[in-house]
Amino acid sequence: MALIFQSEEMCLVQLFFQSESGYCCISELGELGLVQFKDLNPGTTAFQRKFIKEVRRCEEMERILFALLFFLPDPLQSVIEKVDKDLKEINSSHEALKRNLTELLEMKYLLQMIQDFFEETPIDLPDRLTFSSHSLTPSSLSSLCRFVAGVIKQERFPAFERVLWRVCRGNFFLRHSEIQARFEDPVATVEILKKEVFIIFLQGEQFKGKIGKICEGFGLTASHSKALNHCFICDHVILVFFSPKVLNQTNEHRHNVLTSAAVNIQNWKTKVKKMKAIYHTLNLCSIDITQKLVIAEIWCPVSDLSEIHSALIKGSEKSGSSLHPVLHRIESQQTPPTFNRTTSFTSSFQTIIDSYGVGDYQEINPAPFTIITFPFLFAVMFGDCGHGLIMTLFATWMILQEGHFKRLKNELSDTLFSGRYILLLMGLFSVYTGLIYNDCFSKSLSIFASAWNVRAMFQPTGPWTNHTVHSSVTLQLDPVSPGVFSGSPYPFGIDPIWNLSSNKLTFLNSYKMKMSVIFGVVHMLFGIMLSLGNYIHFREPRNILLQFVPEVTFMLALFGYLVFLIIFKWCAVPSSASRRAPSILLHFINMMMFSYPESSDSFLYGSQKRVQIFLVVTALLMVPWMLLVKPLIILKEQKKEQRSTKELVSWQKKRNSESIQHLEVNMGDVFVHQAIHTIEYCLGCVSNTASYLRLWALSLAHAELSEVLWKMVPHVALSARAYLGSLMLTVIFAIFAILTVTILLIMEGLSAFLHALRLHCKFAGVPVTLFAEFSPEMSQ
Amino acid sequence: MAYSGLTVPIIVMSVFWGVVGGVVPWFIPKGPNRGVINTMLVTCAVCCYLFWLIAILSQLNPLFGPQLKNETVWYLYYHWS
Repeated sequence: MALIFQSEEMCLVQLFFQSESGYCCISELGELGLVQFKDLNPGTTAFQRKFIKEVRRCEEMERILFALLFFLPDPLQSVIEKVDKDLKEINSSHEALKRNLTELLEMKYLLQMIQDFFEETPIDLPDRLTFSSHSLTPSSLSSLCRFVAGVIKQERFPAFERVLWRVCRGNFFLRHSEIQARFEDPVATVEILKKEVFIIFLQGEQFKGKIGKICEGFGLTASHSKALNHCFICDHVILVFFSPKVLNQTNEHRHNVLTSAAVNIQNWKTKVKKMKAIYHTLNLCSIDITQKLVIAEIWCPVSDLSEIHSALIKGSEKSGSSLHPVLHRIESQQTPPTFNRTTSFTSSFQTIIDSYGVGDYQEINPAPFTIITFPFLFAVMFGDCGHGLIMTLFATWMILQEGHFKRLKNELSDTLFSGRYILLLMGLFSVYTGLIYNDCFSKSLSIFASAWNVRAMFQPTGPWTNHTVHSSVTLQLDPVSPGVFSGSPYPFGIDPIWNLSSNKLTFLNSYKMKMSVIFGVVHMLFGIMLSLGNYIHFREPRNILLQFVPEVTFMLALFGYLVFLIIFKWCAVPSSASRRAPSILLHFINMMMFSYPESSDSFLYGSQKRVQIFLVVTALLMVPWMLLVKPLIILKEQKKEQRSTKELVSWQKKRNSESIQHLEVNMGDVFVHQAIHTIEYCLGCVSNTASYLRLWALSLAHAELSEVLWKMVPHVALSARAYLGSLMLTVIFAIFAILTVTILLIMEGLSAFLHALRLHCKFAGVPVTLFAEFSPEMSQ
Repeated sequence: MAYSGLTVPIIVMSVFWGVVGGVVPWFIPKGPNRGVINTMLVTCAVCCYLFWLIAILSQLNPLFGPQLKNETVWYLYYHWS
């Protein structure tokens, strides 16, 4: 079932089900997540769709839920609407109560102030206001003149005073004091206002009118003397005491409603989303004339037909209809969408491949090979078994903590978590390549005995004496001297002696560059073989002959020969011939330029000149083969068709003339297409082979960074002679660990990941439609 | 451990990766994932064997030797016999 070498075989199926069971059937199909619905009403706009009302309802519910969420720290439509209505009522009554409370509080302070004022010792009034010189008690004052009292915002008080002074020309007595309590502004609850209580004494009715107008202008509620008496004070005080209680209770009620909604809100959100998706899908189906039958067309994998059928039956039973839905598979000329079934392990690799472009329907899917080649190429660039071990352990931990990670909804951890299997494989391969490169935190492991023997360089077998060792700082071992090189290389990986030497890079660079070229050529050949598989599957033997054969020949003749030269030189050129060892690079360049030196001394093998000329000529012949043969054959075929159709009746001729024109246009296209393909392939061969050298470049960078980190950090502590060194080592180890993780693991890891991704470009296909399965939960 | 010869490591590694890539796939139980697992085994065997082979072939006939500091030479003289 899960043969993921090719995309799944898909079929077009027509579904017939009753309108009543439509909702349930589609919800069951949505749970399965295996079908893609075709739009049967492509001509209608969104507003003309049948289920647009229901979609609108769902959107309204979503809006309410969103508003609800705003108030929260985080059955459907009637429950949600009831909650919404309750909340609105509570909010408005809350506002009203607050406003009342503010007014009453203001009144309370006002009354208090007036009471204080009237109980005070008699005051001295300015002579203008009294007709006698004796002082007046406030009570007698009240009988003489009127007063107006009120509450005003403190910031507006100076302006108020000024206006009063101008209007009444100073014929008034104003007393004011600040209210100690702070008020909340009912409109914008953040502002906290300070308010002042004032009382104005004045004579005459005219002034009262004028002051009343001024107070209105400032937006105050002012009370006049007649309305104030002690009973009122008591009443107001009582009301003021009760209001906070009522406010508290309102708050509590609101809190309860919100908490009960909070419990269900996530569920409701999911349900509403599912509903909306189902109604969108219903919009894609067509309703027949009797309004009783819903017709849908879906793409689905052939192997899942029985599951879909049982889901539909379940759906129709749930909605209580007696008729089961009908499944009818139909033939179609359209190319089905591409669907690659994946497990949780393979899905991350499939995503990587899909990011380059989805393959055609039933084309070979390169993903199963990528599962190994991608981490392997990463590991070739990363190549350190210590760092690889850390990566493996981290990936294993993530895999074991799957449950914990799935609950975390952080974007960064999600990305990291979805790649946990890739990380595991990358880590495992890095351990292997690290062992072969013999690099563990920039140190070499000496598991087997080294193949190089220093003792043999000394007398009597070699040229060195004690004196040579004393006199020169560096000495080079000579593989020609007997016994120095044991003749059999280190059995697993690079010899550990190279880590101790100062010309390590000379050896390693040559080795890694050649290794990169070999892997590049092998990887590219593998890609071409996959295309052969495609040609065989789609039964295009012509393409095999016209495209595959010249491509492979071109590649093998040039780059395959290069690989052969590399391996031959490794095997056949002995150490004794090192002085006149041929340079592969020079030989390859000379081969391409057909320039051969006079002396046959520097050839690798006897008939090298003849073989090389033959190979280059063959490769050059492949170019016109790829370029011209296929279009010419297509041209010949079409000319034959043209000739046979010219013998038909005139009305047919008319029709064919259109198609002949069509064919001529196609011929130009075919030639151009073939030319592009040939150039792309030939140049691509060269440039891609070169681009594999990044395997060498990155592994060199990693090794050097690792070594520098070692030299700069732990080496300092390890070579300290004092006892303090052990303390230094603890601190320095922490620094070493942090830098290893951040620079070498994270930075180098990301860099190598990127480059491995780039090297997998050659498996990209033409982007086609990917199977977009209907599954409302996926959008969560 | 000291050993001699080129043949032993070649035989060991070839047999090991040959078993991994050629014999183990026959024993994977039939199931939906058999194809994937077999592909993985074969690809892994080919890649890893090739990588090891390149490493050993490149050291078969060294054209130059390692250049060591004289302190290192003294150390190796006494400790690597």
